[in-house]
Amino acid sequence: MVRSNRWVNLGFQLAALVLALLFTTLILLAAGAPPFDAYANILRGAFGSMINFTDVLAAWVPLLLTTAGLLITFAAGLWNIGVEGQIMLGAIFTTWVLRELQDTSMPPALIITLGILAGMIGGALWAMLAGALKTFGGVNEIFGGLGLNFVATALTLWLIFGPWKRPGVASMSGTVPFDDKLALPAFTGLRLSPWALGIAMIAIVIVYLLLQGTYFGLRLKAVGKNPKAAFLLGIPTWQYMMFSFVLCGLFAGAAGAMQVVAVYHRLIPSISSGYGYLGLMVAMLINYQALWAAPIAFFYAALNIGSIQLPIVLHLDSSLSGVLQGMLVLFVLLVEGARQRLMKKA
Amino acid sequence: MRKIILHVALLVVAVALVLSACGPAPLPKATGYTFGMLLVGPYNDQGWSQAHYEAGQYVEQKLGAKMVYIDKVNPADRPGTTASQLAEQLVSQGAKLVIFNSDDMKDEALKFAQAHPDIYVIGSSDDWTWKDGKNYKESPNQTDIMGRMEYGKMIAGCAAALTTQTGQIGYLGPLINDETRRLASSVYLGAKYCWTNYLKKDAKDLKFKVTWIGFWFNIPGVTSDPTQVADDFYNSGYDVVVSGIDTTEASKEAAKFAGQGKKVWAIPYDYVGACEAAPDVCLGVPYFNWGPAYAQVIAAAANGTFKSEFQWNGPDWKDINNKDTSAVGFVKGKALSADASATLDKFIAELAGGLNLWKGPINLQDGSPYLKDGEVATDQQIWYLPQLLQGMEGQSVQP
Repeated sequence: MVRSNRWVNLGFQLAALVLALLFTTLILLAAGAPPFDAYANILRGAFGSMINFTDVLAAWVPLLLTTAGLLITFAAGLWNIGVEGQIMLGAIFTTWVLRELQDTSMPPALIITLGILAGMIGGALWAMLAGALKTFGGVNEIFGGLGLNFVATALTLWLIFGPWKRPGVASMSGTVPFDDKLALPAFTGLRLSPWALGIAMIAIVIVYLLLQGTYFGLRLKAVGKNPKAAFLLGIPTWQYMMFSFVLCGLFAGAAGAMQVVAVYHRLIPSISSGYGYLGLMVAMLINYQALWAAPIAFFYAALNIGSIQLPIVLHLDSSLSGVLQGMLVLFVLLVEGARQRLMKKA
Repeated sequence: MRKIILHVALLVVAVALVLSACGPAPLPKATGYTFGMLLVGPYNDQGWSQAHYEAGQYVEQKLGAKMVYIDKVNPADRPGTTASQLAEQLVSQGAKLVIFNSDDMKDEALKFAQAHPDIYVIGSSDDWTWKDGKNYKESPNQTDIMGRMEYGKMIAGCAAALTTQTGQIGYLGPLINDETRRLASSVYLGAKYCWTNYLKKDAKDLKFKVTWIGFWFNIPGVTSDPTQVADDFYNSGYDVVVSGIDTTEASKEAAKFAGQGKKVWAIPYDYVGACEAAPDVCLGVPYFNWGPAYAQVIAAAANGTFKSEFQWNGPDWKDINNKDTSAVGFVKGKALSADASATLDKFIAELAGGLNLWKGPINLQDGSPYLKDGEVATDQQIWYLPQLLQGMEGQSVQP
């Protein structure tokens, strides 16, 4: 009997990947596009040059930070859709601190550090709101979070076209870009900052250790699996849930901070880049296991950057990569369902 | 015999001179020259981006140049990318000049131009290279281009005033900044002029209301819903809605109300084919024609005569819909009556003859004088308009 064998599981996952690729290929064929050319171009776009490869890593950083945070709320059984807004608030807080301190004589390294910390706090505060709505208001975190996302977008736009408006014409391009000295230092000639990369890798390691190796992680998972039972066993359930929101907010806020100090260097209307929703997909795809977060988030970032070639070279809509990303999640969930049924019968 | 040959030669030269003097000077070819274009929206959005995309095709066809493009260039559609990063991808495909087609990419265009002095940049709707503007930055390999849409909007305002039966015109505005204020105000100036001069009605009886939704398109939960705003206009007696946003809600709502037997009209924006969304209620559309300016700059770049400048291009008053010469145009819609159409032509002719509606006395919305009697607005006064104008209802600045 090969029941629950690790290799069988892996086989099912691979089957999901193959199915997703097959399905996307069918869509490409239906659209009259050459599928292999398309895949080759995505690969070339992601890994064809040092610049492209480091661009993938640069996009990987905020996605990995977001996913890291989401693993904590998922462990507590929470659907933190509000993560998108938490990224935005992180970016807003970072921008705020940078704006306030940019004309002081403080060393830039200190300003950047304070900016990132402020971003983390901003994300955590916004996450606390969703947590409070859930805990004290009885508002499901999905609806509360969604609502708070809208508020965060509105707040961002208001700041860009109101109080933080640039001199001259307020612009969709965002607030006045910060001086180069307030950017996280990047490799020469590239957009990737080793600092940002380091922060993201430390973050995922922390989350992995927290969830796999600590008593806190164990109890958090107990809350996630069955809050009533956990409560009866003496775990302060709502405090644990609240705390998981705060932790997730810290990481999401850090992602927002990275968008400001490492990518856009100002506040822009869509500062979150949709990483919150993408992070949710990644977390679902890896079945909430921290171990897989880094490679799968990397795969998604590579698809995002690689697919830029599609419209340039093949005149294809690059939302194709989004189709592939969505298909993957869908098929992994489907195959997982099928596996469970089959295993039960066996 | 020699004399005859000489005469013929002289004649040929003379004819050539005359020919080149009238009509646009023929552009040098740019065969095989590759240029890139970054479009903020989908290339087929029936709006802003499609107008640019078709201008790119125009350049390909006119100059024999080749376009490479990326559309949906914004961080929401392309997570983790910046416009300058995408521009580099176009350069790696051979582009020697890159068009950044939106205000969204203003900072990225400048950053890219400065980082790549060997690549030419066109910033559409930017004002970095405007020496007399407020944001001038030296950027020798960059040219910024904008169309004088003020004229298109005045013509739209006139068409609205000539058509409204309730004397109430609604303006569906995007977000509030200097650009959107000057465009909304231009609609008002055109409407007021035609209302008082052709219809001989009192300016006080013309209601003009601006409702800003908060963005260039609907974002559920964040902006006001443009469908709802258009509905409110049509339900409260505003029978013409002029759209200033990138999407076609106003036209669709007008078609819906017209289907219920109401007499309402709409005027869309941006793209020459925008009336197609709802042809039966469309009075016409003011649109951008970027082709001629792009062709001129790209030809210059290909032939080594590029120079950094700021172009704010108006209509070709000989024919505002001339594809080869006019940067801004207005195509009439099916719903414009024959009478109104004739009067509108008169208005366009007056504009062509030098009529300037940006001439004092003009007061700002709060009553403070902006232009003294007879004073003509400078380009700066129009570009950086600080408030809506007196007589217009609606917010002047973001609260």
